[in-house]
Amino acid sequence: MTTLTVAAQDSSTMLGRELRHTIRYPMLLIGSMLVPVVFLLLFVYILGGPIAHGLGSAARGAPYVDYLVPGILMMTVAAGTSTVAINVCLDATGGIIDRFRTMAISRGALLAGPVGASVLRSLVTTSVVTGAALAVGFRPRASAWDWVAVAGIVVAFAIALGWLSAAFGLVAKSVAGANSMTLPLQFLLPFLSSAFVPADSMPAGIRWFAAHQPFTPVVESLRALLTGAPVGNSAYLAVAWCAAITAAGYLWARTAFRRRGR
Amino acid sequence: MNTPTKSASGPRVSTSPVVTTGAAVIATGLRKVYAGKVVLDDVALSIGDGEVLALLGPNGAGKTTIVHILSTLIQADAGAASVLGHDVRREADAVRAGIGVTGQFSAVDNMLTGEENLLLVGRLLHLPAAERRARAAALLEQFDLTDAARQLPATYSGGMTRRLDIAMTLMGRPRLIFLDEPTTGLDPRSRHTMWQLIRDLVAEGVTILLTTQYLEEADQLADRIAVLDRGRIVASGTPEELKRRIPGAHIQLRFGDTASLDAAATTLPEGTRDDEQLILRVPQEGSVGALRDLLGRLGDGVAVADLSIHTPDLDDVFFALTGGLAKEETP
Repeated sequence: MTTLTVAAQDSSTMLGRELRHTIRYPMLLIGSMLVPVVFLLLFVYILGGPIAHGLGSAARGAPYVDYLVPGILMMTVAAGTSTVAINVCLDATGGIIDRFRTMAISRGALLAGPVGASVLRSLVTTSVVTGAALAVGFRPRASAWDWVAVAGIVVAFAIALGWLSAAFGLVAKSVAGANSMTLPLQFLLPFLSSAFVPADSMPAGIRWFAAHQPFTPVVESLRALLTGAPVGNSAYLAVAWCAAITAAGYLWARTAFRRRGR
Repeated sequence: MNTPTKSASGPRVSTSPVVTTGAAVIATGLRKVYAGKVVLDDVALSIGDGEVLALLGPNGAGKTTIVHILSTLIQADAGAASVLGHDVRREADAVRAGIGVTGQFSAVDNMLTGEENLLLVGRLLHLPAAERRARAAALLEQFDLTDAARQLPATYSGGMTRRLDIAMTLMGRPRLIFLDEPTTGLDPRSRHTMWQLIRDLVAEGVTILLTTQYLEEADQLADRIAVLDRGRIVASGTPEELKRRIPGAHIQLRFGDTASLDAAATTLPEGTRDDEQLILRVPQEGSVGALRDLLGRLGDGVAVADLSIHTPDLDDVFFALTGGLAKEETP
């Protein structure tokens, strides 16, 4: 067997292990759907009215729910990061990592498994949340190809945040610490992006941050694809950001993994 | 262990391929420093093929650090080690392919059943599906876990978890097994079960490096013992050789008054007296014959208030070999 097939085989073994964990203990998975659905309901039924009034041209004449759902989908992907960080931290702080380390296993597979499982979970959770959005009145105008592109962005974003949170799980000293490191990804960055209101409506400093941080092009491209608006540069920006975060997260995770062995 | 019959200094004239049997582990000059604290200092050891070596020492002596270095988990700051003919630093994967490690802390996946744990290890070893299942079933049977195979380790006793841990280590039929304190925290019955398991492995020809805090355990299982104290090997040899160097075995006689102590001390001049506690310590291994002999010499005239047999323990080993008591050092 070549190194690459060994790495692929080990990764799929570790992926299978992760999925078995998810099926056996589904609370984390349910939680990562519950949070975005609660936000969806909160913003559609309670906060959505006044926000819709102030939205102006950003809504393009559609109800607020159509503006909101792409952000909720992005939040759904981000909600999955705590599961990766928690699972990687559980392994790294438990005894089993020493068993894996003393076996001739591809080192990358030990992290590729949790990240891959996170991508699959994200596809499941975003599908469920999309279903909930349709139920509360979301009316997408996306073509079949648009939906494929949406799935592609979800996958790219999930890979990027997955590697980043794998690194969180490795540098954190406890599971609670690993979980709290993902909180900015889950809540802070979505709110400081154009997920809920356009960046233009924010105070100057925050507006600049919102316009230049990675979550904004991700949500902008999702919104353009789902509402049938022109996508423009946001998709390229989103993909570039995802690639950069993936590379940084991967390198960080790899360094953190090696550092644990000294 | 066999000593080499030929000196290695001469030119190699043999035409037969180099056979690497003889030594499963050769380590020299191992040194490790953590945050300015020397935890291993110039440690050398060798383990012959099929041999059981016990590393004996208190907590913090460096036993686990040695296991971690030889099993490729960490790298030594200095020194060299070859395991199963491969350098632990440069050929880590070749070493990993031949070893099995059971650490101090349970290395089982608590979210998978016992059987799933074994199958997971089998997959990571790239065993074919049929072999994987057969091997897992055989190990579950051998380790008396068949009934618990479909349960999560949370429902297992400490001894069962440890057995599952070792079964996972054995999935790949390793030639060399590291057992880091395999009986620490087990009840006496589980400890004896574990000893029997280790003896069975030895009978199959597996080489074992065992760490323990218990002299009795090392004595029961090991061909050779290396005594570790604050990062250094202070003594090594067969259990018999070591025990001969330990003056700890004695029979302790307590008396009701000084007169009895005086009388006994005259009859048994080899004893050491403790006037304050009215105690006489007579060096003896605690066999029935030796005891009968001692009491015979003492006769009926001397009233003994209390008699106890003292067998050497780790404290005696350390007292004898280092001149100080074995002190626990928290890492």
